[in-house]
This record gives sequence, structure tokens and C-alpha cells, in this order.
Amino acid sequence: MLKKILIANRGEIACRVIKSAQRMGIQTVAVFSEADRNALHVEMADEAVLIGPAPVAESYLLIDRIVQACKETGAEAVHPGYGFLSENAAFATALEEEGIAFIGPKPHAITSMGDKITSKNLAIEAGVNTIPGFTGVVRDADHAVKVAHEIGYPVMLKASAGGGGKGMRIATDDQECREGFDRASGEAQTAFGDKRLFVERFIDEPRHIEIQVLADAHGNIIYLGERECSLQRRHQKVIEEAPSPFLDPETREAMGSQAVALARAVDYQSAGTVEFIVDNDRNFYFLEMNTRLQVEHPVTELVTGVDLVELMIRIAAGEPLPLGQGDVKFNGWAIEARVYAEDPFRNFLPSIGRLVRYCPPAESNAVRVDTGVYEGGEVSMHYDPMIAKVIAHGPTRDLAIAHLREALNEFCIRGVAHNISFLAALVDHKRFREGRLSTNFIAQEYPDGFDAAHVVHDDPALLITAAATIHRRYMDRAAKISGQMPGYERKIHDDWVVVLGGEQHPVTVRPLEEGGGHEVYYGNAHYRVMSDWQFGQPIFRSTINGNYVCMQVERRNMIYRLFHWGSQVDVMVLTARAAELLSRMAPKTPPDVTKYLLSPMPGLLSKLLVEPGVEVKLGQDMAVVEAMKMENVLRSERDGVIKNTMAAVGDTLAVDQPIVEFE
Amino acid sequence: MQDIVRQLEEKRAAAKMGGGQKRIDRQHAKSKLTARERIELLLDPGTFEEWDMFVEHRCVDFGMDQESIPGDGVVTGYGTVSGRVVFVFSQDFTVFGGSLSEAHAEKICKIMDHAMKVGAPVVGLNDSGGARIQEGVASLGGYAEVFQRNVMASGVVPQISLIMGPCAGGAVYSPAMTDFIFMVKDSSYMFVTGPEVVKTVTHEEVTHEELGGAVTHSTKSGVADRAFEDDVEALAMLRRFINYLPANNRVAPPHRPSPDPASRAEPSLDTLVPDNPTTPYDMKELILKIVDDTDFFELQPEHAKNIVVGFGRMEGYPVGIVANQPLVLAGCLDIRSAIKAARFVRFCDCFNIPIITLVDVPGFMPGTAQEYGGIIKHGAKLLYAYAEATVPKITLITRKAYGGAYDVMASKHLRGDVNLAWPSAEIAVMGPKGAVEIIFREERGNKEKIEELTEEYRKKFANPFIAGRRGYIDDVITPRLTRERICRSLAMLRDKRLENPWRKHGNIPL
Repeated sequence: MLKKILIANRGEIACRVIKSAQRMGIQTVAVFSEADRNALHVEMADEAVLIGPAPVAESYLLIDRIVQACKETGAEAVHPGYGFLSENAAFATALEEEGIAFIGPKPHAITSMGDKITSKNLAIEAGVNTIPGFTGVVRDADHAVKVAHEIGYPVMLKASAGGGGKGMRIATDDQECREGFDRASGEAQTAFGDKRLFVERFIDEPRHIEIQVLADAHGNIIYLGERECSLQRRHQKVIEEAPSPFLDPETREAMGSQAVALARAVDYQSAGTVEFIVDNDRNFYFLEMNTRLQVEHPVTELVTGVDLVELMIRIAAGEPLPLGQGDVKFNGWAIEARVYAEDPFRNFLPSIGRLVRYCPPAESNAVRVDTGVYEGGEVSMHYDPMIAKVIAHGPTRDLAIAHLREALNEFCIRGVAHNISFLAALVDHKRFREGRLSTNFIAQEYPDGFDAAHVVHDDPALLITAAATIHRRYMDRAAKISGQMPGYERKIHDDWVVVLGGEQHPVTVRPLEEGGGHEVYYGNAHYRVMSDWQFGQPIFRSTINGNYVCMQVERRNMIYRLFHWGSQVDVMVLTARAAELLSRMAPKTPPDVTKYLLSPMPGLLSKLLVEPGVEVKLGQDMAVVEAMKMENVLRSERDGVIKNTMAAVGDTLAVDQPIVEFE
Repeated sequence: MQDIVRQLEEKRAAAKMGGGQKRIDRQHAKSKLTARERIELLLDPGTFEEWDMFVEHRCVDFGMDQESIPGDGVVTGYGTVSGRVVFVFSQDFTVFGGSLSEAHAEKICKIMDHAMKVGAPVVGLNDSGGARIQEGVASLGGYAEVFQRNVMASGVVPQISLIMGPCAGGAVYSPAMTDFIFMVKDSSYMFVTGPEVVKTVTHEEVTHEELGGAVTHSTKSGVADRAFEDDVEALAMLRRFINYLPANNRVAPPHRPSPDPASRAEPSLDTLVPDNPTTPYDMKELILKIVDDTDFFELQPEHAKNIVVGFGRMEGYPVGIVANQPLVLAGCLDIRSAIKAARFVRFCDCFNIPIITLVDVPGFMPGTAQEYGGIIKHGAKLLYAYAEATVPKITLITRKAYGGAYDVMASKHLRGDVNLAWPSAEIAVMGPKGAVEIIFREERGNKEKIEELTEEYRKKFANPFIAGRRGYIDDVITPRLTRERICRSLAMLRDKRLENPWRKHGNIPL
């Protein structure tokens, strides 16, 4: 067995690989860039080697530096994780030449699966279903139209070297096909320096379902079922699950055997993933093969009980697979949610900075958390914004969803924006619960982006009960202050009014005689709240009438901001008299923000292009805010005349800080 | 007898109506509560005891003898906040616009005198159109009587003003002499001369809100310590604020039980100070992670943001916190921040509240604006305040403590009781680059040499151990253990006794 391996990656995947290696008694070596000095994977590994400055091209992508790090530390093998050098045949070759094992497939498999056209031809030869299409290179627009007629519209024009949605066009008739050819080949040339295109049938409402395969050096190949990864936002997977709610056993087996056939055709060794597109009639077509460990591999691990990283290491060490196809058993359902440092309420703007609070949910039989950051750590602009994955496992899909929702409730992140509320909304979406997925899901269900209206809390009584209990705790504590007038000490009454969404909800809340909990009367219901929450803690864990309820709370002046099931709700708890007086006062009109140009992010005002008295048109450039070393041009959202500039060049701006006022 | 009781009830009912339902409605329409409603929300329910409800003015000119309302535009008395005695006056805008008459002033003076006798805080809820013009000089005299009492009470009992309506002209000077001023957004304003006079004299056109609203005073002028959204929030927050303050200068600040363990470690503080010495970080994170329950009552949060001041608690005991804020102007000291912090330090010293100073200061702000503005004298205020303070003083240097600013920020030399530093601290006369350019003036042209020498200087001096060797720093501590170390130091200092030499009063550079 290997004694020491190097992990040529960072973040959660590096940490995850280190964990398996440690359990196997293998020494681990981390590599890190200057930005990752204090990163978690560096902390976890037995040794760590600095390989260069923060940009990936100067560190994590430098083959030489990593090979050298192996030599320096005596690492016998390298696990590449995903991304970076994981599908780089030159890297695998360089390691091989130095006698260092690459924990992944052989270079020829990486190369042949790395090219879309080669891989498709290989798939056809291996008897794998492929999307009807023309796999040769399309010569020109006329040729494209001819090919399209043979396949039948709608068709998709795709860059041979493509990925990430660039160099892709859908055409439903000849004209679109001609235009699409010109555009797509132009884009492909710019993006990849390779303008070759191919054409294939376009699948409406496609699902993305992939098969996990494992192959050893002794010719044993098995598949570990599928993962459905249809929930994607702009080609970026968000939620993945195993099994797929859509496949039947026959389709699963057919897909599995084709995936194995393909793996055999390229003499595959290690873990790999064969991606398929599945249409509404359960026709499936080969998309591509990923010759590495996938981000979403944990869902497979949870339903099969197999540690994929461990088996990758064993395969690389030359061991035969310890299990055959017949030994693969599926147990329950697993769903993974990817936690990104991005703000779903601001069009998923990436967020960087210090993790002032970072408290992932506790791991259990039902919940696994793969994370690469820690409280006090930094989310850097240089790397992927994914900071953690929450994976829930349950006997059924519904239970897995329930566990995932609970886990998301407990996930506390402050300091950088995160997409937890979006994830919570997705897994609670009716269509998701019904399993009616497609890769268009997010675009169809949230055509205008995501906002708070998508996450209306369906049981406000829970929020009211929790807020009343928390407030009562604060009041009772304040009443224990020293220096009170003897004989006239403060008595806290039991009747309060919870103000939520402008509405007043009278409640009675009092401590229970025994057990340290509280009882709350609200409406006609009675709630018994037991909680070990302490003042100032961001996570409120409780049982309310015996049901476990976990929410997050922030106290800002009079406001308790509660986070639960993806909702964010501001609540006030007032005395009955204060509530009465509050409603007696005329409400203040909130300021008209359309009169202002607001900074959409924290940053530095680097340019201000208007001055008072100037007339501007809709869409005109008004200011430039520098954030994350990127220039963000702010444009006018209206026609108007500038009344006032409220910030000066060089000012540090907060989110929503006004920069310019209109007349 | 029953008749007499009934008459009393009727009289009370009449007095409680103030200026009548119409004016009350108008007050509500302006998003304002009435004087009595405000007192109800300020004090513990049912604890207000009103005095001088039947006082009326004595003016007979301009038909005023025909018009008299019991209470005369101000509601006064005492009650409790969290069971602790507080004296309060609340100006009633529905009665003669809350204008101050001789009788009105006498009512305020009466409760102030009582507060002094029993040693309890005075809270003023200001909502007044100004002097009662009809009374002329009698009204002016009334103001001065209040001013004199404000001064006599200063440093004896805490005085807090909450501006909830107009407060203009001479009237501003009573709140100005109290310890803290809070304001309500959109419905309160303070200025010495109003927009009309401003326009005639300087031709500036400015609205009430722009000239003296809550936002103006809590951001630009620093007159207001906090601005609140509405009356309800302002009064609730004022209750919370009073819980930090002792009743008077002879007693300790109030304690309340705290379940937050003193030994709570915060591992994330180990990474708070960035590797790069010029990268800013948020000092408030440190504050929130070391105080009890992450509960910090910040004062002047929007003014002179390069220094942070406010109250927190450690093991249930109130502390005053003063902290340089590297996020703003690199945390340097300037005129506004020195004044803001100096006044806060002096308040804490008056009222036996220990001061925790968190230091990351690159120096004083350079420039003509600062020098012409008198940074010498204003900076000296902070130095004076720290040097004079005899309450427990704990100082923690997190990163930079350069030059004169090092001395000012509660250094050992200014009788700091416990002076701590993080390993990232750099205590030096200035930053490495500046120092090298002066010491090796002849090498200035040689960029490489300067860089080499800078690095050498950094290694040698940019650390806490040079100061530690001289005993200027008592200990270098692990950041994650900061709370525990400060809590322990505070416990050790709880019975600290230190007196300054007798004098009439010192002469702070005003």
C-alpha cells in the first residue's frame, strides 16, 4: 500500500481526500498557494508545500512545482481532486515519468475522453447511445444546414473543444442554423482558439443523469448507479441526488452497462463518470465522460456505502476492486446541496471576504458536510466560490429532503454572502419534491432571478413562538440587574405582541415552572418551547411541542432577524402598550430608493462619471466601483437629472450606499 | 369627600389630555408620541409617579392669562427602568408647542435637584418649540437655571437627552451639556439658528433635516450619539442603554448575571489580523467576539468611524470600549475621532466604568486641514482624558501602535493597568519604511537597499517584544484567549483605588 500521497488541490476536496487517506493510515502532503497559507487543507495535512502565488496559473496549475513537491516530500502518488490538473494528461504523464502514481486514469483515457469528437466516436464504437448528429467537423454554414436536415430540427451547434456553454447555439430552422454556425464558430475561436463545430439533435427538457464507474488495473469494471444532477444554474450544478427520481431499473441497468462498455473501450482505470442526457421518454444519450472524481461523488458514497477516494487510491496502488457488480447495493436516498459564496438576492454575485462566523451543521448518520473553510478563514477571489457541500441521507427521498432542510437551517455563515436560502427554496419547491426535474428547472422557475418572495415561511407560528421566547429570556435577564429599588423590583409580565410583516400578533409567554423551558399561547394554540439557546448565539435550537426546530437569530436594536427554511424574517416583540402606540403613529414613508444610484456591493469608488446638474439617460455609465479587483460599471436605471453626488472617488462604499441622487 | 376625590380625578384627567385631542392627533400624524406616552414606554410599566401635574404658568401678558393648561408643557417625575430609579422630564409639544416658561423650567429643575439628592440619572425627552416668547426674559432665566443644574449634575449623575422633536436656539445647550444625546430620525432636529435665519445671514438654503436632523448630527457633527428610527425604538433602546450606567458617581455600575463563560475561546481571532500589514480588518469583530453575548452598544457609529466607542459587558459588568478602526482611514487619529473618544473616556472615568482600549493606530492624520483645525489641542484631549482617568484601564495592541498615537492610546505610561499585545503587534516610533528612510537618509535613492533595510527594521522592531523588554507591555497573548485574559484582569482590578491630587479642576485643552 502507498505510504504517502500528495493532494494537488485545495478547498473541500483536498480536505475530503486527506480524510480518507488518514483513515487508511497514509501520510498526506498538501500543496498551497500564498493565499492559502492558513487554509484548512494545509492545517489537516501532515506536510504542506508552498507552490506559488495566489493565481492558479502560478500555483495549482503548475505541473513542475507539484512534481517537485512530490520529490521533496517523497510522496509516492498524487490525488488531483477535481478541476485544476485532474483531467490533464500531461500532468499524469509527467508524474508517470517520475515514477509517481497518478490517482486517476491513464493518460490515454484522459486524452481520448477529453475531446468531444473523439469521445463520441469511441462511444459509438462501444455501442453507447449517442445523440443523433454529425460527428465530423462541419465545414461551413451550408454544410451545417445539410447536416441539420439529416438529423432533423431542432439541432444544437457545439464547439468541439467547448464547455461552459460557450460556442453553443440552438437552431430550429435553416436561418437560425446559418446564423448559429457563424456565431458559435466565432465564439469557439475566441474562447478556445479552436473553431471546429459539430452538430447534434437538441433535446428539449433534458435531464442530466450520470453513471459512476470504477475500474481497476485488472480489468474489473463496475458501475455504482446514477446521480441526477439536473438542477443547474448556468451549467453549474446546484443540487445533486442519488438515485434519480426518474430512472426505472431497466434504464439504470442499460445506462450502467453502456458506461461500463465505454470504460472498457478506453481501458479505464480509477473512478470515472459517464454523463448522459435523458429525455422525457427515458431515451438516454452519451454526453461526455469525466475522467476524475466528481464534486457530487458523496451522494453515491452515501447510497452505496463505498468510499470512492479510498478505492481510487487502492486502484492506483494496483489492488483489485474489492467488490463486484453483484456486491453493489443501494441504500436509501442521498441529496447534495452546494454552498456557494454568492448572493442569490443580488443575481448570484460572488462574494469574498472573511468568514466572521462559520458553523456548519453537525454531522450524523443523516448528514455529511464536506467543507474546506473554517471560521476566521478567507474566501478568496482567486478560487471557486464553492465553500461546502451538505449531503443528506435518508431511507426515502422525502426523508433525505427533510434532513437536508434541517441541515441548511443549522448552517451559519456570516461575513460573506451565501446561497443557503436559495438551496432551501429549491429543495422545498413543489416541482423538486415531485421529482419533475430538468436542466432548465432553475431558468424556468426563477426567470427573473431569486428574491425573498420565493421563500415565504409557511408556518409563521414557529417564528412568533421562537421570537417571543427569545425576547422573554432577554427581558427576564435584564430584570436581574443590581441596584433596583428595594421592594419595587422589576416584574416581567407575560403578555407581549410580536410584530411580523407589519402585523401584530398578541402572545402570552412565560417560563415553565420546571425544566427551564417556556410556554407560549398564540392564537388558540399552546406551544411548549424547550431550548438550550444562550444570549447572543446565532443558532436557536429548540423543540416546540416536541418537534425539533432550529433557526438562526440575529438581534439588531429592536429587531430579531430570524432565518428558517430559507426565509429571512424581521420580528419585533413589544409590550402590548408599545404595540398599540406604534400603530397609533403615522407610519413613516420609506425613502424612495429609485431616486438614488446605490452601490451593489462593498468596494471602492474608482470613477464618478456624473456631476450635479447633468442629465443622464437610461443605461448611461455613471460610476465605477472596484471590488474584488474587478471594475463594475454602474449604469443609470432611469432618465433624469443629477441632483447630488453623495460619495467621492476613493471612498469605500458599503452595500446599498447611495452614490448619486437624482432630482 | 367623594366629591373631592372625583374633582381630583377630573383635574388629573384634564391635565393628562395636555393640549387636547386635536393636538394629540396632530402629534401622532407626525409619527410622534405624546409626552406621557413616551414616559410610559421609557419606564417600567406602571412605575411613573408624576409631579407638578397642576403647575401652571404665571404669565399675564398677550392674553396668556386667558390660556392656561395644567402641567405647562412638560411632564415630570420619576419611575424605574429595570427596577432602578430614573428621573424624567418629557416636554409636551401639544401644550404651547412645548415652549419653556418659567414654571416649565422650575419643574425640570425640581426633578434635577431630587436626582442629585438621591443619586439617580436624569432623562430628558425634548420636544419643544423653544422659549415661551410671551414670558420674555423669565423664560431665558428658566433656561439658565436648567443649564446651571446640568453643569452641577455633570459627573455626579448620568444625564441623557433624547431629542424627539424640535430643539432650537438656546434650548440646545441643555442637551449639549448632558452626557449623551440620542435623536429620532425625521422627527427631531437641533440647531442654534434655524434655516430661515441661516438663509438671511449666509444665503444658504438648507432644510431643517439637513441642517440639524438626526442623520446630520449622528454623521456630520457628532452632536448626537445615536439616531433611531422612531419613538418606540428610541425609547426601547434608551432603556437598554440605561442598564449600562451606574446611578451616580459614588456607586459601581450595575451588574447582571452572565451565562457567557469568561473562558470562552475564539479561535477565529487568531486570523483576524491579516498577513499584509496594510490590509484592513474590522475591529468590531474583535469587540463582538470578546464581550458578553456579542452585545455591544455602540455610540456615534456613523461619526468619526476611524474610532469605535461604546459599552459592552464582561462577566456581567459594564465596560467602556475604545478601539481604533483599521477599516476607516487606516484607524488613524484625527480631530473628530480624538474628540469622540476623549469625551467617552471621561464619561467612563466619571462613572467608574473600566475602559478597554483596543489599539491599531498608524499615527495621527497628517495635513493642513488637521493642523489648521487644531489637531494639536484636540488630540491632546484624548491624551489628557486617558492620563487623568483612574478607573481600571486595560489596553490591547492588536497590530500597529506607532509614534505619539501609541502613547495616547492608554499606554503603560498613562497609568494603563494591564497592557497586552497580540503577537502581531508592532510598537514603534513609526512604520518600518518611514523609519528607514529617516535613519538611512543617504540611502534614499537606492531602492533595493531601502527595501533590504526596511525588512531588517521590520524583523527587528515590528513586534511586541521590544516594548515587552522594557515592561511597556505586560504580556503577549494568544488572540483566541483575549476574552479570558481581559475578564481576569478586570476581576483583579475590581477594587482598584487610585486618586489624582486635589485641585479645583484640571485644565483640559478645550
